[in-house]
Amino acid sequence: MDMNERAARNKKISHAVMIIILLLAFVCFIFPFVLVVINVFKVKADITADPLALIGSRGFTIENFPEAMEKMNFLLSFGNSLIITILSTVITISLASMAAFVIVRNNWKACGLLFGLMVASMVIPFQVLMVPLVSLYGGLLDILNHRATLIFMHVGFSLSMATFMFHGAINTNVPVSLEEAATIDGCTRWQTYWKVVFPLLKPTIATVAIIDAMAFWNDYLLPSLVLAKKELYTIPIATQVFYGTYSTDIGLIMAALLLAMLPILILYVFLQRYIVEGVTSGAVK
Amino acid sequence: MNTNTMSYKTKQFLMFAGLTTAAFFAVVILPFIYGLYLTFTSWDGVSKNKPFVGLANYMSAFADTDYWQALGRTFIYAVIAVILVNVVAFLLAFLVTSGVKGQNFFRAGFFVPNLIGGIVLGYIWKFVFNRALVALGTSLSIGALSTSWLATTNGAMLCMIIVSVWQYAGYMMLIYVAGFMSVSADVLEAAMIDGCTGIQTIVHISVPLMVSSFVQCLFLTITRCFMVYDVNLSLTKGEPFGSSVMAAMHVYNQAFTYKNYGTGQAEALILFIVCAVVGVLQVYIGKKAEVSA
Repeated sequence: MDMNERAARNKKISHAVMIIILLLAFVCFIFPFVLVVINVFKVKADITADPLALIGSRGFTIENFPEAMEKMNFLLSFGNSLIITILSTVITISLASMAAFVIVRNNWKACGLLFGLMVASMVIPFQVLMVPLVSLYGGLLDILNHRATLIFMHVGFSLSMATFMFHGAINTNVPVSLEEAATIDGCTRWQTYWKVVFPLLKPTIATVAIIDAMAFWNDYLLPSLVLAKKELYTIPIATQVFYGTYSTDIGLIMAALLLAMLPILILYVFLQRYIVEGVTSGAVK
Repeated sequence: MNTNTMSYKTKQFLMFAGLTTAAFFAVVILPFIYGLYLTFTSWDGVSKNKPFVGLANYMSAFADTDYWQALGRTFIYAVIAVILVNVVAFLLAFLVTSGVKGQNFFRAGFFVPNLIGGIVLGYIWKFVFNRALVALGTSLSIGALSTSWLATTNGAMLCMIIVSVWQYAGYMMLIYVAGFMSVSADVLEAAMIDGCTGIQTIVHISVPLMVSSFVQCLFLTITRCFMVYDVNLSLTKGEPFGSSVMAAMHVYNQAFTYKNYGTGQAEALILFIVCAVVGVLQVYIGKKAEVSA
């Protein structure tokens, strides 16, 4: 056997080993999800008897779903989560990109000050702000328990990061000459921004939308402090409250957990490439 | 039109950045300053007046042994979790960039835990630890698995670490993948020609060129692990006997359960400072180690 053949064979073996390791890791990663899926179709007694069995001895059932959906008010909290996520994301993107535009294009003191404060504030964790937030907005202004208040806070918290990302994008991807041409053609700054600059920011808009929408959808701590009324619960709060009430009814719990994951998993199937790219490019900045 | 007047500048700034400035100040800057003020009062969360108490809250924060225990616990948890997350993530990144079949499928799969909120993840794993592993242990008669790990002090910490590794490894893997891709093929080829083996190429070529990826991943994992709350709440709820209460959960309880808002806020600030110091120090050391090809 000559050198080349041996090298080729070694390469094949190392490939096989790598695939086996990857498959093992993959099994570890999806094992918890698989467990939820196999147990969601069992009755409570079967889950307690053997959570590892593929099919329960009392057969296949889907009755956990309607009951869990009703008891955790799934459709209502899904609607709340959806409207809060969409509005917060849209507002964040519009406001942050406009602010980034005025900051990049003018070296006024106010711009520098605002941007400096924003960058510095990105290190402040939510835990430092939660007590004063509750004190100000609950005690002083008494405007907790409104979806609009939560949206306002979501936007306020995500503006720094979003402005920072749009700042980079406008700096590198939007040629000033294009704006000058628009001005000569009679556009005001406002028109120039929306007709020329904003459309050029599409890749960054997608990145910010994905990062922020996922953070808003999954956030628990802030919504749990702002929304204390049952009819305002988002999915994470509804799941937490439901678990507290029905923790022994494990079949219902399984259904509730699956329902809580399903919307974002379905979205992932279709937008997988964009989500992975968005999260990576967002983190690298 | 004269674009150099104060009124033009003010108008432009307010038109584009007015709402952003207002929302940012209302939600971040004002609460931050107000929070500093709160640490000098003994507000109970209800009454209108907030009596000024000087440094009393910081004194009680320093005297709060539960808090320092929680902080120490968080530190141990964070060190182990951060190391393991990054080791696993780096290995996975190496494997999914080595040209094996279906590497995009694997990348997408490993990322899935990051799509789902900590609350739901914690409950799923609670089921795994309390029911599935116990069932497995009983049927195969493996002693270590036959009782739930969540029921013991060290076990609960171990569970927190396992879930964190599982949760963040896929995300950090993506950043390391970007790092591996940024190492140019020419340099790698040159190393091979000079007689480097695969492992040597990684250790001596790829890793030094990927320092910025390490800095980034370490920063993200350190800050997330220090501030862990959602998974802590749903997976262990601080049990058994308060032995898995992490710093963020202690702060939450201090403020919102025991209504010691001033002390809670002071403890939150200390936690933030500890976390920021560790994070910045790490970035500073990392930046020094950076090289370019």
